[in-house]
Amino acid sequence: MSKDQYSVQSQNGFQRFRKNGWAVFCLSVLVLLYGAALLADFISPYSYQNEDRNYSYCPPTSIQFHDEQGRLRWPYIYGFKIYFDEYHKRGYEINREEKYPLKLFTRGDPYKFLGFLPGTIRLFGVERPGRLLIWGADSRGRDLFSRIVYGGRISLSIGLFGVFISFSIGLLVGGIAGYYGGRVDDILMRICEMIMMIPGFYLLLALRAMVPASFNSVQVYFSIVIILSFIGWAGLARIIRGMCLSIREREFVLAAKVMGLSDLKIIVRHVLPHTLSYSIIAIMLSIPGYILAESALSLIGLGIQDPYASWGNLLSEAMGIIQIHFAPWILLPGLFIFLTVMCFNVIGDALRDCLDPRFRVEENL
Amino acid sequence: MMLRYVIRRFVVAVPLLLVMTLLTFVLMQKTTGSFYDMLRLDPHISEDTINRYIRLYQLDRPVIYQYKQWVLNLLRGEFGYSFYYNIPVVSLISSRLWNTFILSFSSIVLTWTVAIPLGIMAAVHHNRWLDRLIQSLSYVGLATPSFFLALLLLFFASQTGLFPLGGMHSAQYDDLTWWGKFWDLLRHLAIPVITLSVGSIGALQRIMRGNMLEVLRQQYILTARAKGLPENRVIYRHALRNAINPLITLMGYEFSRLLSGAALLEIICSWPGLGALMLTAVRSKDIYLVMASFIMGSVLFLLGNLFADILLARMDPRIRYE
Repeated sequence: MSKDQYSVQSQNGFQRFRKNGWAVFCLSVLVLLYGAALLADFISPYSYQNEDRNYSYCPPTSIQFHDEQGRLRWPYIYGFKIYFDEYHKRGYEINREEKYPLKLFTRGDPYKFLGFLPGTIRLFGVERPGRLLIWGADSRGRDLFSRIVYGGRISLSIGLFGVFISFSIGLLVGGIAGYYGGRVDDILMRICEMIMMIPGFYLLLALRAMVPASFNSVQVYFSIVIILSFIGWAGLARIIRGMCLSIREREFVLAAKVMGLSDLKIIVRHVLPHTLSYSIIAIMLSIPGYILAESALSLIGLGIQDPYASWGNLLSEAMGIIQIHFAPWILLPGLFIFLTVMCFNVIGDALRDCLDPRFRVEENL
Repeated sequence: MMLRYVIRRFVVAVPLLLVMTLLTFVLMQKTTGSFYDMLRLDPHISEDTINRYIRLYQLDRPVIYQYKQWVLNLLRGEFGYSFYYNIPVVSLISSRLWNTFILSFSSIVLTWTVAIPLGIMAAVHHNRWLDRLIQSLSYVGLATPSFFLALLLLFFASQTGLFPLGGMHSAQYDDLTWWGKFWDLLRHLAIPVITLSVGSIGALQRIMRGNMLEVLRQQYILTARAKGLPENRVIYRHALRNAINPLITLMGYEFSRLLSGAALLEIICSWPGLGALMLTAVRSKDIYLVMASFIMGSVLFLLGNLFADILLARMDPRIRYE
């Protein structure tokens, strides 16, 4: 197949993808989520660790657009007043005396954009002592919306890093095993099988037990990425190996050998690119696994630690029945996990439909 | 032939288990904080008592020596003592293992009784609204994180009081009649089992639908229809049998896959299973308990896979294991 034919085929693939409205929609949702995570400092009204214990489990603030006479006004919010009911349970009621107009591009908690650009301007917020909690507050009175936006950084990036590492290993090991065959293949595949033989969650726990408690948050983050990649690469390597077994019999591999290329170069430059369309699909469909695994780990308190936010660790507050019962908004981070997983699945399936012609044939029969 | 294959499977697993347990063992001991460090914080317990325990468990010996002792004991069927619960690990694990099994097994039953009819319905109504509805529902089901669904159901239960909020038995369980006990267990099973099954129902339903569509395209179905058999008979007698055959082998894999999912749900729904046990063990650095749960989980997983392979060979004479 000449190069021209390839580009025509892939162009058709992406045109088909663009025609799939649902997939394009999901792609834009993902772009939005990743964009929000990147610009978290700017978009969220508060920093992820801005806490005010007076607002513990404060319900969502509703933004008012009309004043008492019903006239349209610049959006504003009311203040909250704390009261205690007859069971000494804390409650919040709206204080109509206090009004805080919503401000755009306002000065808020300082941050370092992308880690080095200092700034204080945030997209929206209200003057102190007002507190804007559009999705309610958590136990320490931190703004849940801000924490979800910041949490996206960890939850969304862990999938990308995890996939990057495990695919690098999986492709290389699968390529080597498939290309050389024989003994090498045998040994590598036995190793893969061994890793796949242990139930994932138990392996996760056992590996997590090895991480020293003295690690700081960044180190914990990367150890989680490494743990997840360690579990994830084996399945991919097996499939890539199967594909490489047949690719190595093709003429261009022989041609490359005759031209004297080294084995590693042949594998990386000539064999592995032919698994590309499968790899793209597999990447899309396996990212959710990493996001879910991180969330699960953080949910049971073994992942990202407070005050840093990830969606799983935010959801861990919802583990207590009392908290869910009286503050159901703390379930919101779960919705974002669901949304992200759903989008990756839809895009993965759409890509499979347009990149893998064999699969299409089966579906169309 | 078969027996040799089974033995080989276990032999292959042994080195990995050794490496993994060694790593876990060494790293858990080397990293900061041990179970007895936590005890030291308690002023009621004297330093002498702690030192006596440490000597008793030979925790002052080199780690490699401890590991060697642990493996040797394991070969004799001794899993050691749990520091935290202060009873032999074996007695702790056997009851937990049974609970995990109940959970996984019920989930398989629910999955199969729901997914198979759904798959058949979807295939029979191929590309019509019923099919579309089932497909979109299973799409949503597949994408819903199990822990999130569990929390949602717990929230629902806390609002309506329809289901117990976690645990395995009610407080008055021991006073109930035989039937009452069973009903109590079922009610406690509801949330974890539903959560555990939703994803698998989506997946299994899709496979069933695919198989069924494949079979319905075959010539013999055309023949059956041409000779005037009623549609019900064509579908349930001729098509179903052939479509369901390849699925039976999935059951074993399903069981081993469930183990992982169950572990997380056990923790969320406070189901006293193996996964929940392992979590408390990891948290309190209860080494022997971590090791034993890890090994038991792996062995159970292995057995599930093995069962699936054997079933596969039974069902499909074309498959040979060398």
